Amino acid sequence: MMQADGLGVSRGGRSVLRGVSLGLRPGQVLGVLGPNGAGKSSLLGLLSGELRADAGSVLLDGQLLQDWPGRQRAQRLAVLPQTSSLGFGFQVKQVVRMGRMPHDTGLALDQQIVEQVLEAVDASHLAGRNYLQLSGGERQRVHLARVLAQLWPGADGQVLLLDEPTSMLDPLHQLSVLDAVRRFADHGASVLVILHDLNLAARYCDQLLLLGDGGVQASGSPEQVLQPAALQRVFGIDVLVQRHPERGHPLIIAR
Amino acid sequence: MMPSQVARWLFAALAGLLLLSIWLSLALGPVNLPLADTLHALFGLSGLGAPASPQAELIVGQIRLPRTLLGLMVGAVLALTGVAMQGLFRNPLADPGLIGVASGAALGAALVIVGMSRWMTLPAAIEPYVLSAAAFAGGLLVTGLVYRLGRRDGQTQVATMLLAGVALTALAGAVIGLMTYLADDATLRALTFWNLGSLNGASYARLWPLLLVALGVALWLPRRADVLNALLLGESEARHLGFDIEQVKRELILCTALGVGAAVAAAGLIGFVGLVVPHLMRLLVGPDHRLLLPASALAGGALLLFADLAARLLVAPAEMPIGIVTALIGAPFFLYLLIRSRH
Repeated sequence: MMQADGLGVSRGGRSVLRGVSLGLRPGQVLGVLGPNGAGKSSLLGLLSGELRADAGSVLLDGQLLQDWPGRQRAQRLAVLPQTSSLGFGFQVKQVVRMGRMPHDTGLALDQQIVEQVLEAVDASHLAGRNYLQLSGGERQRVHLARVLAQLWPGADGQVLLLDEPTSMLDPLHQLSVLDAVRRFADHGASVLVILHDLNLAARYCDQLLLLGDGGVQASGSPEQVLQPAALQRVFGIDVLVQRHPERGHPLIIAR
Repeated sequence: MMPSQVARWLFAALAGLLLLSIWLSLALGPVNLPLADTLHALFGLSGLGAPASPQAELIVGQIRLPRTLLGLMVGAVLALTGVAMQGLFRNPLADPGLIGVASGAALGAALVIVGMSRWMTLPAAIEPYVLSAAAFAGGLLVTGLVYRLGRRDGQTQVATMLLAGVALTALAGAVIGLMTYLADDATLRALTFWNLGSLNGASYARLWPLLLVALGVALWLPRRADVLNALLLGESEARHLGFDIEQVKRELILCTALGVGAAVAAAGLIGFVGLVVPHLMRLLVGPDHRLLLPASALAGGALLLFADLAARLLVAPAEMPIGIVTALIGAPFFLYLLIRSRH
């Protein structure tokens, strides 16, 4: 669970975000959409404590984010950055196991969790491989497994923040990875995910937040947010919005 | 995690190598002692066995044992702090000298060596202590300056620190060059030996400070193996895993400054050990610091003893500075690793 109120931050004298409020509810996936430079990653930085807000506050599980001791915070809040700079040849399962560092659950349980999260992101076959020999998409799945391991199996009160977890994935893994995130949220954790693909957002998110120009342009259910007028205003694209013939969620088609 | 069976064999092999280096270091020299006599002398000295021949006890006890202990500790500390810096900078090419501690220590020593020869004379009995103290202080001062230059908004910018370290190292090098220019022939020789390192002149009295620091480093760093692993993911990632990264950076820098400062104060500048040993051990045991740190400590001690053997046996009865040996072995070996990793 996470509650943010009136968040604002500026960099180099320029306001990057202002007046952003949002609530992450247990078991829900909130998607954050917006064009490049809209302030999505800054928002994630504020929610994860990486950036200090000039205005507003962030509550994690009912307590101010900066008041949590590091280890207890890490047991409730996991963050997947957009890119990783790991340049050392760990085995994949060693990388994933690092997600268990905030816990003292013991080798046996940790190994079991590592197997389960690797299975969840369809990377079991990579467990013994050298991380440096993986492709970009495989590395992205390994890091997703690592942050999932940090909160696994997921419970009410926990928060997972994901910055474009599907940016390097092939179409099959875009779906399977977000399926896994969806199932993870079903255990009670709250998930915030930054996405660029509007149709993926419509398919997997319970709530959407449309950011543009440093502020919230629209928020609500996918049906409420994914309107042609709002998308025209924020992204400058001309689209048709229809219903998915089988699943019923909005389907965005460029004209 | 590598198969623990393989890890166990590797550690057994490293421990064997270390024991071999200790034995050779105690047994070989102008007078070669058989293994039995060396052991006998050790037992006699420790009071556990019957006294050995006075000659063997004198050679082992007064000359070779302090020298061997010095080599072990200098090698282990340089290798351990090398691992710490490569972890902090997340770069396998980092070296404990990067944060300016080695050049600062050399500068402190050079100032004292040249200063004493030109302007004042100290009693010979305290001269080595003044020299060591000046080296230690110089190392800490320059590192403190590098650290201050790398601070911004309450955070330590590792990249800025690295650049500050490079600049201050160059500055210290220039001042040392100036000292060399001012030095007379005898002082020049002392400076050269200092800048290239030597285990010569080891005595128990000079061992104690290094022993304390080395024990501290060897006990403390392995307790930070987890956070060093997490740091390799990135500073933010390590923070998200619950570590207080600013605190850890301070501790790693302090630990390296104390360790390298004490090592340089005791034995001069010995290059390449802190760079090559962690690199080589990473190839053998992988990047996991829980294995990498102890492996590097064992290998660092052994490597330095073998290098010292070469330094004092190859040109006997004279002695080469040990830094020449480590660089002669280390640099080509490093190039070999570089070329091999490209294929």
